[in-house]
Amino acid sequence: MRGIERSLSKLNEVGIRPVAISIDTTEDSRNLAQSQGYTFPILSDRNAEVIRRYDVVHTKAGINGEDIARPAEFLVDSSGTVRWIHLTENYWIRATPEQVLEVAQQLGR
Amino acid sequence: MNIRRINWPLWLGFLLTLGTFLSYFFIFVWFPFTRDFPWANLVLFVIAGALLFMGLRRAFASDCPHRTRSRIISSIVSVVSVAVFAMFVFVIFIGGRWLPASKGAPQVGQRVPDFSLPDTSGKQVSLNELLTTPINGKAPKGVLLMFYRGYW
Repeated sequence: MRGIERSLSKLNEVGIRPVAISIDTTEDSRNLAQSQGYTFPILSDRNAEVIRRYDVVHTKAGINGEDIARPAEFLVDSSGTVRWIHLTENYWIRATPEQVLEVAQQLGR
Repeated sequence: MNIRRINWPLWLGFLLTLGTFLSYFFIFVWFPFTRDFPWANLVLFVIAGALLFMGLRRAFASDCPHRTRSRIISSIVSVVSVAVFAMFVFVIFIGGRWLPASKGAPQVGQRVPDFSLPDTSGKQVSLNELLTTPINGKAPKGVLLMFYRGYW
């Protein structure tokens, strides 16, 4: 997400709005945004309802055994249609801004 | 204790092993170049391994003072170092793959369900709003939803 923040102006230029979602409280998310300098929206899905609906739930993987989100990225176009997904196979490998920018070029005006 | 008697390659190798393990999580994880494949850490582990090997040779040399003690200590330090390296490989290459398959996730071409969640100020924000609120005065082309584990 640091890479996304660094490329935020480029992403915004091509009309892409990054949004982060986790089960953290709004307060924890606010602290994360402040400490890391994130300026994109960060949403709190406390009960993992949206996370479950997108089937990106990692059951009982939280520190206290809660259901949390697995790392996953979806690029949704303005009609609400998925144009690109990135479901990493290894937790340490995430989507890069370059990948997102490449797909963004293909989204029509 | 004579400073020249300290088995410096052994201890340097041990410290480098510990430092290399921690450096991934505190430094290299922040850069995709060193995070996606931990080559920087593997290079450091190889250097640490060479130092430990030098240290072991020194401890097992026939002219080594306190031979028994040196051999025991250097063996323990080496075994612990190998264990740290094994743990690193496990965490990155095996533990990192323990993720659900997410077969029911929205596929390319599918419509995603709308939702509404609170942002950092507690305000409810819907996906529809995110898709329609202008960016720099222009209608957005899309939203990048990034799900992450949390706990910070």
